[in-house]
Amino acid sequence: MSQQTNAAQMTGAKMVVQALKDQGVEVVFGYPGGAVLPIYDELFQQNEIRHILVRHEQGATHMAEGYARSTGKPGVVLVTSGPGATNAVTGLTDALMDSIPLVVISGQVPTFLIGTDGFQEADTVGITRPCTKNNWLVKDPDNLAETIHQAFHVATTGRPGPVLVDIPKDVQFADGTYTPPQKAKVDHYQPRVKGDIAAITALVELIEQAERPVFYTGGGVINSGPAACQLLCELADSTGFPVTSTLMGLGAYPASGKNWLGMLGMHGLYEANMAMHDCDLMINVGARFDDRITGRVNAFSPHSTKAHIDIDPSSVNKVIRVDLPIIGDVGHVLEDLLRIWKSRGRKTNKEGLAKWRSQIEEWKAVNCLAYKGSDSIIKPQYAMQRLEALTKGRDRYITTEVGQHQMWAAQFLHFDAPNRWMTSGGLGTMGYGLPASIGVQVAHPDALVINVAGEASWLMNMQEMGTAVQFRAPVKQFILNNERLGMVRQWQQLLHGERYSHSWSESLPDFVKLAEAFGCKGIKVDHPDQLDDAIMEMINYDGPVIFDCLVEKHENCLPMIPSGNAHNDMLLPSDDVRAITGAGAALV
Amino acid sequence: MSPLHIQQGSSKHSAYDLRDPNSEVLERHTLAVIVANEPGVLARVIGLFSGRGYNIESLTVAETDHKGHRSRITIVTVGTPQVIEQIKAQLGRIVPVHEVHDLTVEGASVERELALLKVEGKGDARIEALRLAEIFRANVVDSTLESFVFEMTGAPSKIDAFADLMRPLGLCEIARTGVAALARGGAA
Repeated sequence: MSQQTNAAQMTGAKMVVQALKDQGVEVVFGYPGGAVLPIYDELFQQNEIRHILVRHEQGATHMAEGYARSTGKPGVVLVTSGPGATNAVTGLTDALMDSIPLVVISGQVPTFLIGTDGFQEADTVGITRPCTKNNWLVKDPDNLAETIHQAFHVATTGRPGPVLVDIPKDVQFADGTYTPPQKAKVDHYQPRVKGDIAAITALVELIEQAERPVFYTGGGVINSGPAACQLLCELADSTGFPVTSTLMGLGAYPASGKNWLGMLGMHGLYEANMAMHDCDLMINVGARFDDRITGRVNAFSPHSTKAHIDIDPSSVNKVIRVDLPIIGDVGHVLEDLLRIWKSRGRKTNKEGLAKWRSQIEEWKAVNCLAYKGSDSIIKPQYAMQRLEALTKGRDRYITTEVGQHQMWAAQFLHFDAPNRWMTSGGLGTMGYGLPASIGVQVAHPDALVINVAGEASWLMNMQEMGTAVQFRAPVKQFILNNERLGMVRQWQQLLHGERYSHSWSESLPDFVKLAEAFGCKGIKVDHPDQLDDAIMEMINYDGPVIFDCLVEKHENCLPMIPSGNAHNDMLLPSDDVRAITGAGAALV
Repeated sequence: MSPLHIQQGSSKHSAYDLRDPNSEVLERHTLAVIVANEPGVLARVIGLFSGRGYNIESLTVAETDHKGHRSRITIVTVGTPQVIEQIKAQLGRIVPVHEVHDLTVEGASVERELALLKVEGKGDARIEALRLAEIFRANVVDSTLESFVFEMTGAPSKIDAFADLMRPLGLCEIARTGVAALARGGAA
């Protein structure tokens, strides 16, 4: 046997580590257990891959999501069989909904025990099939390396998403031949990235004529990469078309850009939603007409021609019928679009656009984010404004939990670059933000990483503060504490006759003491006058901080398009907030 | 290539040009799905239908290319035009799915199903059953003095018709394979 073939022979566990190295993996988020011990043994004997020990496998998946979203690289998770894998299900589903590339490696009971209800056995590929892009159970060590390379290919190609590779313990021990990535069979999975030129030319013609155009951009722009974001900026700025974005797409077009309308949707800005409703040309770039965006489907932007650029054909015509679908990668399509538009003389309908812009200025004058200030109580909006003012211009990353605070963060914090905003959009996973912030901090050790949280969401994965302290991730947990499940409370006020069923917490922990118990710093603030100093103290502290910001308990998050309403039928801060009845009350 | 051939990543959604996209009329479509023959593919396809609330009227699956590790899944489904388009797009993005063909709109196709029918009876009923079986070109594959097992192949409607006739003559059990279908004409 030649030396070369000898070198390719190794145990399954060694192959896993070798494959991760060959894929350029720097960090793995994981938790050991019986069925992954051989892999942990291999991790112990090397120094190239860093392992972050989490406190719960759900935390590992969200950390990997934060890592992936802030770097554009796939996040890698290592968990054991049974409960290790089932605990990862929420994170997998979250990543599937938000198109985040994750590679989860799970241990499994030995092949001869599969199907016998062995200790810590679960049908992991069965359980995770609907919440992964694809998954594999590897029974032959000779296939292991190739499967892992395929897993990385599938997770990062086309519309990104989570994948899982389930590896029985005996396969980890067994010897097999390692296949390097260059020799791995190229998977047939090669989604098309170039858009149809005829369709792109048709869109250019629409752009040249449009009187009331709007770009409606989503997470697909960010997934396509910084170059795609750059192209979007160039296109928007040279055409002068206004840009609005979904929650997932914030940062793709800079919030300081002259064509920025702000976020759209249920808690989006008045001017953004009105522009969507009244436009004559809607250009959807990498968004998917989510129900939080469209409101009532049959009243959605009734007078517009709709173009939709998406890499996933199943996103087209799923919810809203579009006139001009373009299947392809945002970056590639925008590049062709710009090139064709320029070669045809950079034409736009200047007269129509001027009128459109003055209309938009009128909508902006409504000042839809106005709120009643207070000298004695911290308004959550005020807290966001101060956080924005005091962290602006820094190397800043923001994660959030889910609820009112998430929407206030999206409304009041401004993002001028992509990959700086990590939030659970599709699945709406409370407990996402804290672990995600750790994942971001691991990828960007010197950056200022802030998790804007509500106290209820934050408690869902608070055990991960232990991870932050152990791995010296100086994440700042900015908790808007209203002692309520704020968004639930708001809906109960508006939709359920002010019957506040189980939407408040009576025995919240003392967050400052909790911080001390974890070995980090706690700061509590309850008066607007102290807020700035407290935020500065948080920023300047070299280590993790739990920031307990006591805010107005019954503030409503506005503007709001109640479910079942059209875009031009919003609740504004100036309206008397009234109960919502009828069909809308049945919607979520 | 037919304009309705859905390729992975293709932007050709020309089915909309031919049919009213907003129609609420339910259509029955026969889909041929060529998949990699690997564990879990069928579960992924079926899971898609149950998870998203689509209908399956009939489903057959078998390996059709041993060397190339390909299986062919034939699905008969019912839905509005928009739902049928969604089903095709959703099937097309499953990683181990190689091709999705809508045989109902891609041109003429032949559909066949095989059924085994057990008919118990004596005297005239037994003779009548045998006579009808001849008319329908069903074969007797098992016989006792008081029963027959008929084998018949045909379009599902033909099998329905035969089963209806056999019911008063003592039909007691029926096994059907579900539809297998191919486009007519030369290689696609």
